[in-house]
Amino acid sequence: MRFLVRFSRFWYDFIVGDAWEVAAGVVAVLGIGVGLLRTDGVNRGVIPLVVALGVGLVLGGSLLAEVRRRRRAGR
Amino acid sequence: MHMTAATLGLATATFLASAVEFVEAFTIVLAMGLSRSWRAAVTGTAAALLALTAVTAVAGVALIQWVSESVLQLVIGTLLLLFGLQWLRTAILRAGGLVTLHDERAVFRAEQEAARRAGHQMRLGLDWMAFVVSFKGVFLEGLEVVFIVITFGTSATRYNPHGLLVASASAAVAGLLVVVVGVISRRPLSAVPENTMKYAVGLLLTSFGTFWAVEGLGYFGSGESLTWPGQDWAILGLVVGGLGLSRLAVAGLRRTFKTPHPAG
Repeated sequence: MRFLVRFSRFWYDFIVGDAWEVAAGVVAVLGIGVGLLRTDGVNRGVIPLVVALGVGLVLGGSLLAEVRRRRRAGR
Repeated sequence: MHMTAATLGLATATFLASAVEFVEAFTIVLAMGLSRSWRAAVTGTAAALLALTAVTAVAGVALIQWVSESVLQLVIGTLLLLFGLQWLRTAILRAGGLVTLHDERAVFRAEQEAARRAGHQMRLGLDWMAFVVSFKGVFLEGLEVVFIVITFGTSATRYNPHGLLVASASAAVAGLLVVVVGVISRRPLSAVPENTMKYAVGLLLTSFGTFWAVEGLGYFGSGESLTWPGQDWAILGLVVGGLGLSRLAVAGLRRTFKTPHPAG
């Protein structure tokens, strides 16, 4: 059991790191891409642009979240 | 994209990304070697390199034999995107003055201090702490190098059939250079402009990761990879867009927190 916890912890730290919102955002953006891909009538050429925009928003959102965290902490 | 320029770009990107990882791994091994035991530190490094080779071989065979191209693009692209965004985020926060700049000497001092304070436990005739810390450091940083080499190398095979070889060679040269310079100087490689390199590499990883992950999304449609408008030129667009966005973010952070321009 301890090994499983340590193993999971190792991969969590390695992949997610200290900004969980980045990982959650990337999964959400790619999920939106899959949703668009499976929706009839959506031009496939639009999907890369939507995902790229989404990645930019994830980065911006994560930076804003960090700024808020630091303001709350008094920096 | 011109073939020679693409190959040069691939070699540079892989070299920079790998060098950053190797410098970090070297600092950890050096701290363990100097403050605890060189024998345990070197054995830990060798064990990590063996483990990395095994993981790469097993994962490589599994990926090539059982995984379709689009799934490979999706998995590796998503991982690169995650690493890249985290690196870029940290680099922006550092450049914006919210996080202190990475200082290899400070990391070295902290590692040495922790090593001195820890007790001495011997296992298999080795200083166990020096072995484990060296193993973990080299394995973790090395795993990122493996991802980078696979992604950059495989994506470059479109322009150059030897893309994977170019990427592997660039990473090997970076590793060799770090080890040679480090062994000669016998101190942490703090002169390496690591923060700037991390910024550049974060940008590249994010761009390549986005490109690949989107192509891999095709798995959920027809099973074929999705195509970007402008095809491979889109990578350049992603790099330029990411650079613009990150510079805007840095400027915004500096204005908000009234921080001076950092030196490095």
